[in-house]
Amino acid sequence: MTTRYNFAYLDEQTKRMIRRAVLKAVAVPGYQVPFGSREMPLSYGWGTGGVQVTASVIGPDDVLKVIDQGADDTTNAVSIRRFFARTTGVATTTSTEAATLIQTRHRIPETPLREGQILVLQVPIPEPLRWLEPREAETRKMHALEEYGVMYVRLYEDITRHGKVAQTYEYPVMVDGRYLMRPSPIPKFDNPKLDRSPALLLFGAGREKRIYAIPPWTRVKSLDFDDHPFEVEHWDRACDLCGAQGAFLDELIVDDKGGRLFICSDTDYCARRRPAGEPRPGA
Amino acid sequence: MSAMVDEPPLLSVRGLGKRYGAQLGCRDVGFDLWPGEVLGVVGESGSGKTTVLDCLSGRVAADGGRVAYAKADGTVVDVLRLDEAARRRLLRTEWGVVHQHARDGLRMGVSAGANVGERLMALGARHYGRVRGRALDWLARVEIGEDRIDDLPETFSGGMQQRLQIARNLVTEPRLVLMDEPTGGLDVSVQARLLDLLRGLVEDLGLSAVIVTHDLAVARLLAHRLLVMRGGEVVESGLTDQVLDDPQHPYAQLLVSSVLQP
Repeated sequence: MTTRYNFAYLDEQTKRMIRRAVLKAVAVPGYQVPFGSREMPLSYGWGTGGVQVTASVIGPDDVLKVIDQGADDTTNAVSIRRFFARTTGVATTTSTEAATLIQTRHRIPETPLREGQILVLQVPIPEPLRWLEPREAETRKMHALEEYGVMYVRLYEDITRHGKVAQTYEYPVMVDGRYLMRPSPIPKFDNPKLDRSPALLLFGAGREKRIYAIPPWTRVKSLDFDDHPFEVEHWDRACDLCGAQGAFLDELIVDDKGGRLFICSDTDYCARRRPAGEPRPGA
Repeated sequence: MSAMVDEPPLLSVRGLGKRYGAQLGCRDVGFDLWPGEVLGVVGESGSGKTTVLDCLSGRVAADGGRVAYAKADGTVVDVLRLDEAARRRLLRTEWGVVHQHARDGLRMGVSAGANVGERLMALGARHYGRVRGRALDWLARVEIGEDRIDDLPETFSGGMQQRLQIARNLVTEPRLVLMDEPTGGLDVSVQARLLDLLRGLVEDLGLSAVIVTHDLAVARLLAHRLLVMRGGEVVESGLTDQVLDDPQHPYAQLLVSSVLQP
């Protein structure tokens, strides 16, 4: 580590401010806490919120893992991992078990998280009511008064048009029976992992300047109707690389003759299940 | 009417006032509304009719006055002094608001069924089949075919949109409905059907309503009692027939004599 940067890039005052927002978010699960988001050396939409939260909670003893769409070896994951390696000098890993702090974009690892771990999610749009009510002042009031009927209007409309709720990612949840929350663009496949998670889940939205949290063991319920219960996606096949059943699979086109593979989106999970000797991504 | 005298009024308005800067919206408006009664508010454009309605529904904050409302549980609350949470709950449960322009009262981006079901779901209905069933019921009651339940309100005619708005408000069986020119912008035959429908619903459900209109024919058909407004003030009030057939105030006389007789 060079001395050109303060530890974890942000100045100490900014980190204090963000930590205060994080503490408030943990105290009021699912509530969006405004914070003074800073310019970061990456563009909006690439994880500026997540990076600021990570920078504020990371310590010298942490072991960091960064995920982008489940993968450890894509541009975003590699860049952010290197950014923190350079500005903090902490150890990095691709292993979910070994990590104490995980920043992720759009997935929660297949390997179950444990107590003591922190998962930081990057959030593009924090407001679950955004496309239903355009006025920000009004959505805040709706949260304050728990007026969430309009969210059900949207689910009703989906079932009417498609026979089921068509939302497959960012599937809205109720946190601790109080706040409606947008769980960032994770597939709804990952929603059950939010419920009573042993790890602390922090959500950072840089452009929208909001932080929210799900403390460990908090009840998180995906919205549904009594006669149309919440369901996650299923695949009627296993991962073509590791043979995993019941993992979230990506479809990969491998040639121009229609050949395709279905493989785990979580590269760490997949690599660990494969026979030794095969190369591991991100290693 | 004599049986009503013992009951307290559903709504008791006193000294209601509103200024928009230097402009007067309304001044010292007062009236009582008894359960099951329909009150018409008539007057020319700019006379303050809609301001009165907006002050009642909380869309506009009144400057002063008292609006005492007797809730279903028997308690009397001053609507102007309720906190916002309680006021909005009241508007969702015991009150309904029908806007002049259906666009203001409907969600144009979602189907008719969802529009009718919204209030139910806001009050905690979580069974899709039952919400849809209630929506179908209500669409039938306002004479919208059940094959239209999944269509967007945009594809509806003006009269249908207005009826949809009424269904959307009445689905939770409110006790008081505020209507702003419910027949505005509709042609006469459609207007007549809507009026028939409204009269039937008011009778069946025992609704109380405040109806703002500039159309004296509408007022005669629907309202039991009338307030005549001019320049933000109530200039005359009384039973509908009495006001329309024997107006006392010069302005009321002018208003009544201005109606074209076909």
